[in-house]
Amino acid sequence: MSETYDVIVVGSGPGGYVCAIRAAQLGLKTAVMERDRLGGICLNWGCIPTKALLRSSEIWHLMHRLGEFGFSADNLKFDVAKIVERSRKVSQQLSNGVGFLMKKHKITVIAGEAKLAGKGTLAVTKDGATTEYAAKNIVLATGARARTLPGLEPDGKLIWTYREAMVPTSFPKSLLVVGSGAIGIEFASFFRTLGSDVTVVEVLDRVLPVEDEEISQLAYKAFVKQGMKIKVSTTVEKLEKGADNVTATLKSSDGKTETITVNRVILAVGIVGNVENIGLEAAGVKVEKTHVVINQWGETGVAGLWAIGDLVGPPWLAHKAMHEGVIVAERIAGVAGVHPLDPSKVPGCTYCWPQVASIGMTEAKAKASGRKIKVGRFPFIANGKAIALGDAEGMVKTVFDADTGELLGAHMIGAEVTELIQGYAIARNGELTDRELESTIFPHPTLSEMMHEAVLDADKQALHI
Amino acid sequence: MSIQILMPALSPTMEEGKLAKWHVKEGDTVKSGDILAEIETDKATMEFEAVDEGKIGKILVPEGTEGVKVNAPIAILLGDGESAAAPADIPTAMKSIKEAVTAEAKPSTKPRSPLEGEPSSRGELGGGAARSAARPLPEAAKAASTLPQGEGKNRVFASPLARRIAKQKGIDLAAVAGSGPRGRIVKADVDGAKPGAARPAAVPAATPQPSVSGGIAGIAALPDARLFYKPDDYVEIPHDLMRKSIAKRLSSAAASIPHFYLTIDCRIDELLEARARLNEASPNGEGAYKLSVTDFIVKAAALALMHVPEVNASWTDSAILRHKHADVGVAVALDFGLVTPIVFRAEEKGLVAISGEVKALAERARAKKLKPQEYEGGSFAISNLGMFGIKNFTAVINPPHAAILAVGAGEQRAVVVGGKLEAATVMTVTMSCDHRVVDGATGARFLQAFKQYVEEPAAMLL
Repeated sequence: MSETYDVIVVGSGPGGYVCAIRAAQLGLKTAVMERDRLGGICLNWGCIPTKALLRSSEIWHLMHRLGEFGFSADNLKFDVAKIVERSRKVSQQLSNGVGFLMKKHKITVIAGEAKLAGKGTLAVTKDGATTEYAAKNIVLATGARARTLPGLEPDGKLIWTYREAMVPTSFPKSLLVVGSGAIGIEFASFFRTLGSDVTVVEVLDRVLPVEDEEISQLAYKAFVKQGMKIKVSTTVEKLEKGADNVTATLKSSDGKTETITVNRVILAVGIVGNVENIGLEAAGVKVEKTHVVINQWGETGVAGLWAIGDLVGPPWLAHKAMHEGVIVAERIAGVAGVHPLDPSKVPGCTYCWPQVASIGMTEAKAKASGRKIKVGRFPFIANGKAIALGDAEGMVKTVFDADTGELLGAHMIGAEVTELIQGYAIARNGELTDRELESTIFPHPTLSEMMHEAVLDADKQALHI
Repeated sequence: MSIQILMPALSPTMEEGKLAKWHVKEGDTVKSGDILAEIETDKATMEFEAVDEGKIGKILVPEGTEGVKVNAPIAILLGDGESAAAPADIPTAMKSIKEAVTAEAKPSTKPRSPLEGEPSSRGELGGGAARSAARPLPEAAKAASTLPQGEGKNRVFASPLARRIAKQKGIDLAAVAGSGPRGRIVKADVDGAKPGAARPAAVPAATPQPSVSGGIAGIAALPDARLFYKPDDYVEIPHDLMRKSIAKRLSSAAASIPHFYLTIDCRIDELLEARARLNEASPNGEGAYKLSVTDFIVKAAALALMHVPEVNASWTDSAILRHKHADVGVAVALDFGLVTPIVFRAEEKGLVAISGEVKALAERARAKKLKPQEYEGGSFAISNLGMFGIKNFTAVINPPHAAILAVGAGEQRAVVVGGKLEAATVMTVTMSCDHRVVDGATGARFLQAFKQYVEEPAAMLL
């Protein structure tokens, strides 16, 4: 066995590699293990490559509006292979970037499959050979993968998960997307914008069901306007594969069934934690509903064994995993004043068109909490920059505690809102109230002015509407 | 990218220090752990190690510079392949140096006559001299607000939301401990606080208000002493860091802590006998010891502090901190001032251990080798001037303690025992108490306990 590490992180996704960097910054002897490529799902098969794909579809969308902006062009075409190639290059570049970061921070990168092998020991298998590594602290960051439902198993050819959907070899003329969470809707948006006939099936009664209801409704309207077919309160009963198509039997909550035939199906019905084959049971780690059970500090209850990220449960977001990685590294190093992660301060972003971003409580949840609340809204159509951009669809909404002025939640739909939400995240984290936000000067002309107006509107003081 | 090397804070209370000596020169390559410089604080000289590796591009503060503020850039460290020529941030760094280094006080050649009135706040004496030479007292008075007791309490750091909720619930934010970044009070802290959870009801009248204007209200600045003397009639001894620190801390303590004094006589015949017997029993060579009266006093005080824990405490604006251990400081006179190294957990230690520790600390104090953690903090202090024949005196409390025991000489006195005159060795001690923490009866109970241990040293064994 080689020398003992202070910290070994299992998994180099955004939670894992960030945890390793923070640990190294704090002077801990650190290693990270990865069975595939540095950066994990996020960089290689998730957040990043899909953003590259969506950028292509956004450009395609704008190309169809050239006349509006004073251009003309004929014979517009796209090559799906090149779109995918760009997306892969972006991933490769960032994965290499993680490699450089590991080197910069003198973090040992160990390739292979890791398994817990007794207290403070990891057995890493690579090409059939197993090596043992010792660590005072082991941080599990093995992430998650697509959930599959009985009878709806992906085959990677006709029935895809995000992984195959990201690298299509040919462009599907028609597509069924099962699930309207962030992953499902982003793919639906990508393929629809490029011209696919897209049907989205959602078991709950609205799309993007974790978002504020009003935002869900606006998203629904926007998607339908783009030609997407959306069936809410509907489940997929059966998938029958043909030669180059799939026939799906759909059943709505009122009992009606219908069948549709599509080229491809994308399953996006949630994710499950990668809890298998890492020796959790033998180590005494508690697993519930495919996720490792932890306390507020990421401790598993087994001394020296920590867990972060998608492995420990929702929200399944890279930035939540990164933050947990930092918390765990700082707890290991004994940094004073570390605070547990507060889920109400984790922003969520969906990069469909129009984009959706939110933080904190929805209006319904705020009401249900028994508080007296006030709500502010401001539409994109009343914002100068949005009109100038030609992206005047959308809304910014704020939910305040009427007594204390606390910003309980903020919800946005429209162009670039994923870049805007951080402003409200800072406000929540710094515990700014309506008053500080009202008296903040927002630059003109920007989309961010809508954030100001939505705060003012909560007190019926919006200026531009 | 080049890195600015900043003046380190070698102790929690250090504000500035002297860059005594550079161990590296420009162009030297350093790695983490290399000694870069020696930094002199008011009480010790310490080595300053490199944290990053690189090449020393520029030394910004020459050695021998005094009054270098903590966190002021003192050198520039260059990364791989960077040239020392002109890193972009050097001018900025140089500017901040100029601001950071306090101009040393130089005697003014033309003091104003007292009749001309007090020097106004700036300008008259020219440059930096105006600050420390012309207005010594305001400087010291200003320091009152930097005492732990008053620290930060003129301005409570709280999030806007926490402020609003506190106001609505009638919570005094000054009484709430903050759990946010740098102790900022956040919503969770006020959510947990009860309305009206005011500060402890400890002598509110005596609570100092050091905040108001950075000075102590109603105390006028004293004119510079030089104004009263002809320059030929005195020699100037410029302040070193220790002198400045003593002046600052004790002025603050005397001004802001409501002191009162309790005096008691202790017969120490038995203590002296015990000491003589124990010292006689000391082995030669290894393990040899020679107990002093002070060692007995440290032990007796530590045990008395356990007996009356109310005295083993520190004042803060929101709470009294009652210490779990008796960390007893022992004032050590030096040629150049004094320092109070601490015997930690003295209640748990035997006389020989205490004796050895006091000796070692005193030696290192004289050699200026004490580490800040060896003289900062503590829960009580002892100052013994008995060896000089001082019969009785009062001492200024050494914050953050709540009391200090001034010990006089043990001398033969005529005492009346059972109606008869008798010769006895008597030692008078006077305890200065911080009335915010220790009330009269509490202090008296402590001295009773102390007296019992000193008069009956065998009781220390109980």
